[in-house]
Amino acid sequence: MSFLILGNAPNAFEARRAFLGKSGLLLSGAAVALLAGRDALAAEGGESTASDARILNTALGAELEAIAAYQVGAESGLLQKAVLDLAVTFQGHHKEHADLLSKTIAKLGGKPVSAKNKYTFPTDTLKTQNDVLRFAATLEKGAVSAYLGAVPVFSNRDLAKAAASILGDEAMHWAILRNALGEVPVPSAFMS
Amino acid sequence: MFRLVRTLAGIALALAACAATAASNNAVLRGDPSAGEAIYGRCLACHALAYDRTGPRHCGLFGRRAGSVKGFAYSDAMQRSKIVWNEKTLDRFLANPLTAVPGTAMGYAGVTDRMERADLIAYLKQAGESPLCGK
Repeated sequence: MSFLILGNAPNAFEARRAFLGKSGLLLSGAAVALLAGRDALAAEGGESTASDARILNTALGAELEAIAAYQVGAESGLLQKAVLDLAVTFQGHHKEHADLLSKTIAKLGGKPVSAKNKYTFPTDTLKTQNDVLRFAATLEKGAVSAYLGAVPVFSNRDLAKAAASILGDEAMHWAILRNALGEVPVPSAFMS
Repeated sequence: MFRLVRTLAGIALALAACAATAASNNAVLRGDPSAGEAIYGRCLACHALAYDRTGPRHCGLFGRRAGSVKGFAYSDAMQRSKIVWNEKTLDRFLANPLTAVPGTAMGYAGVTDRMERADLIAYLKQAGESPLCGK
């Protein structure tokens, strides 16, 4: 397992956990800033606010699916303890994203989507720990691209900033998952 | 007189050249499906080929009316759009979804590079005819 090889030194894993904890703090900072500006957001009103709420709702739908996907991975019985801990940590980040998005959509006057009763995942292809990691990495990379595509279309720059904060977090997930798979963690200088 | 004819001919040629350029700008380029597969990775936060996710499935896309996958909750805007998906309509939509269908739930800036759009469309077309889509 490349993840365990790379994370063999206890200090490396501790450092990774500390790093993840700090990234959570960064997101919380953006979340506070976003929520603090809620009156200004709501006051804008009109189609631009409705459009922003729609964009956030699509992101919320994807976050809710990601939470469910990590749950499938966590319950698969395929993950070793260290990888399981990592998956649960990442799932926790997605829960924070979903919570923030949901509250913000409501404050914009929108109706946040709910988690589906059932999600479709390619579970028949998940036979090993690496399969689970690769599946998660694919979702995280897609999420980075989705947020990257959303950032420029928000009318409200505070929302764009919050989306960029989430993008950064999910890019870190993707890099660490790639690292765990033994792939180059950051394969290029730019994302698309 | 000869000068007038030559001027008119020059204008006609210039207009023809402009028309040809406009036509080529509107035409969808021939894409590379393998390059398009990599670009499709950007869509995987919300879409899959064979099943609905945050966005609708892409199998069966070509020739399908927008907003018509049974059981998928589309935006009103997409349902009203009357778009039928083909190379041209996809090219226009993917270039800037929010402009092409104002009110769409696809809050995405778009694939601005023409060649990348062509590659992506070529991949979607190929995948739609492959075992990935039960063909």
